[in-house]
Amino acid sequence: MSPLIEARGLTRILPATVPVTLVRDVSLTIGEREFIAITGPSGSGKSSLLYLLGLLDEPTEGTLSLAGHDTSGLDDEARAKLRLATIGFVFQFHFLLPEFTARENVEIPMRKLGRLSPGEMRKRAAELLAAIGLADHLDKRPDQLSGGQRQRVAVARALANDPPLVLADEPTGSLDSKSSEQVFLILDDLVRQRGKTVVAVTHDLDIAGRVDRRIHLVDGKVVSDERNDAKEAEPATPDAR
Amino acid sequence: MRLLLELAITHILGRGRQTVVAIAGVALGVGFSIAMASLMQGGEDDFMAQLVDTMPHVQITDERRTARRQPAEDVFALAAIAGLRPKEDRRGILNPAEVGAMLRAFVPGRISMSLRTQGVVRYAGRDVGISIIGIDPEEEAAVSSVAGDFLEGSFASLAGGGNNIIVGDRLAERLGARLGTTVTVVSSTGQSRGFKIVGLFHTGTTARDEGEGYVLLKNAQILSERPNAINDIRIKLDDPAAAPAVARRAEAQTGYKTVPWQEANESLLEALVIRNVIMYTVVGAIMLVAGFGIFNIISTITHEKARDIAILKSLGFTQGDMRRLFLVEGLALGLGGSALGWVMGFSLCYAMSLVHFELSGAAVGREMTRLPLAWSIWHYVIAAGFALASAAVAGYLPARQAARLNPVDIIRGAS
Repeated sequence: MSPLIEARGLTRILPATVPVTLVRDVSLTIGEREFIAITGPSGSGKSSLLYLLGLLDEPTEGTLSLAGHDTSGLDDEARAKLRLATIGFVFQFHFLLPEFTARENVEIPMRKLGRLSPGEMRKRAAELLAAIGLADHLDKRPDQLSGGQRQRVAVARALANDPPLVLADEPTGSLDSKSSEQVFLILDDLVRQRGKTVVAVTHDLDIAGRVDRRIHLVDGKVVSDERNDAKEAEPATPDAR
Repeated sequence: MRLLLELAITHILGRGRQTVVAIAGVALGVGFSIAMASLMQGGEDDFMAQLVDTMPHVQITDERRTARRQPAEDVFALAAIAGLRPKEDRRGILNPAEVGAMLRAFVPGRISMSLRTQGVVRYAGRDVGISIIGIDPEEEAAVSSVAGDFLEGSFASLAGGGNNIIVGDRLAERLGARLGTTVTVVSSTGQSRGFKIVGLFHTGTTARDEGEGYVLLKNAQILSERPNAINDIRIKLDDPAAAPAVARRAEAQTGYKTVPWQEANESLLEALVIRNVIMYTVVGAIMLVAGFGIFNIISTITHEKARDIAILKSLGFTQGDMRRLFLVEGLALGLGGSALGWVMGFSLCYAMSLVHFELSGAAVGREMTRLPLAWSIWHYVIAAGFALASAAVAGYLPARQAARLNPVDIIRGAS
């Protein structure tokens, strides 16, 4: 597998009177078609690492290569452009724009990227929503959808520009067990059927046990990086620390 | 950009009441600015028209700007003359025929040569001091604004034979005289003649209606005992703006003090400039207040929409996009307010144009009977320009702040 993400010595320190280290010297390689769970106790730096991998935050030290692009030294515009084309985000709370319908929310990243015609965007948004069982809810606004439906719309939005990488921050954290299972299956399907790489931060041990690979953090440091034997018999990436 | 516009409109429509207040603030500013500018400009135009219409564009009098130089001073650079009393000039413009011909050769307009002297009109025991102006009726009719203000008769009536005089209606009233009445005119030299009133005018300017009397030039010369003399040349130009250039040339050629209407009314024109400065300062202040309204709403929106900013940034929107988004929101409010303000300004102007004053004697003459209004597209453009500039500044400040928001902080805060 060619590496989609290559992180070397990623460190994030919050400047303060007493500086806080969120992520400490993390090196890892993530390839294509991987479903990875980042686990760890609260405050262990899981989300911070995810934001660094998603170019939402900048490391204090270390380098990050994303889809073959070295991201160090990129300005805001270049980072945003890379994020738009390469990464889809799913957050714990759906984070949909409340004034727009499900279809319009999914169309927003496509409109920003501007690769498709308006007609193609409408069609693709409808297809993405239909694929996750929301064909009848295209024109509903977020407040007219259930929590699980909103999160599924957020997944569809993350896929709008067909990015190779989907980063999910506690995607099932605010859902009931039924909706959690639906969302997990959709994410799993992204890897198996669509060839995406999904990196999900989760507290849910059940989910963590069902993915390809599990990276465990404690105090901002990777303490284990192992493949789930149940899924695959491959060893973990050797440079994981 | 269309996406940003849609997002902007969605945001501001989501703050219905605040949006209405902000737009109303801008609209009031724009509307009142337009109405005020229209009124001020109208007043100024009306005032200028009165100045240009009622006054000669260039006036040459029998004065000189400096005392006449002694011949020795012209010949010897170091000549020093002490104890000399300058020769008494004979009052009046010398060689009037020659001066008139010289002026007619280059002046693009009409010229009237007259003799202005002081005198007293006496009738029924009442004495009123007036300026007696000796004129050529034909020349005067082509130059003087009084030609259009006659209640009875005209300048041509002077040429009807005998000693005739044309006076203002207020003077006639003070004397108790009317058309056809013969009054006695006594000049400053003591000469006295009976003159029949053959014309009455009303200009609306009391000083003229009560203090001027027009007679034939030769009669004025007889009354003032100055045969063939004139002391006042008035020029009405085809283009009033050419007055300073014409005046400079006329003064250089004749040597007599020549004053264009701009110089004669310099202080008034300066006052108009000051008035305009005051007006635009007030308009600017109104727009500043409207700008605070816009600043307030955009700040509130950026605060409330911090989560949206984080979402959009996580999707791949840049800091520049965020800046543009909220700037567009400010401009949209400015634009909406300007459009409404245009309607309001036009309506106010239209309402003011319907106001009618019924003043005594206003049927003839130059008194204002309506509010002076100027209808100019520039008032609308300038007011909207002010509003949009103010909206842009008011939108930019919170927009800059919004662009700098760190999405991670917001996402963490929401989690």
